[in-house]
Amino acid sequence: MSSTEPSPVRDLPMAGNAPAPAAETSSGEPNPIRDAIAEAIEQHAVILFMKGTPEAPACGFSARTVAILEALDTPFAAVDILPDPRIREELSAISNWPTIPQLFANGELIGGCDIVSEMYESGELAEALS
Amino acid sequence: MPSPEDIKQRIEVALAGAHAEVEDTTGGGDHFRATVTAPAFEGRSRVEQHRLVYEVFGAEIGGAIHALSLKTQTPLKTPIQ
Repeated sequence: MSSTEPSPVRDLPMAGNAPAPAAETSSGEPNPIRDAIAEAIEQHAVILFMKGTPEAPACGFSARTVAILEALDTPFAAVDILPDPRIREELSAISNWPTIPQLFANGELIGGCDIVSEMYESGELAEALS
Repeated sequence: MPSPEDIKQRIEVALAGAHAEVEDTTGGGDHFRATVTAPAFEGRSRVEQHRLVYEVFGAEIGGAIHALSLKTQTPLKTPIQ
């Protein structure tokens, strides 16, 4: 369907099966989910947090964002936020952005579906993702 | 269930000088699309502009308001390109 080969990130640690990284939140409590999300954002040039997977998006906004990335032939990592509500909570706490999807490039929040669509239509998105 | 008029008024009350056009995209009272023009957007990135609008609704975004699609612009310009 596309030459884009998303590399889904499927190893966000969930409570109970994950070793807690050393970093702690301001409250002093270890927060492995938040740490894993922050690390994923840092480690992937382009990463999309979405509902569902690129192959099977579970929301129209996520589907549209994936379609745009595929139209640009942009390789991207993808994280499905649906399996655990804490992924979305921690992601929004990090990004100060309440909705899904959320697209990050080079560690920065590009935006949600509306901004991604606007930037795609204006031609800015390809540059932002390079 | 908020109406488009509720959403419009809350945005216009919260953001000084703002003008909002809001439609209910599904008729279900939980998916909205808003075009917001506000002086406060001047000099801010799109992400910052959208945050200003999202902040009006706090935890209602993703809760009672399942989706709020946004297009933001400053009064003196066409949508930021």
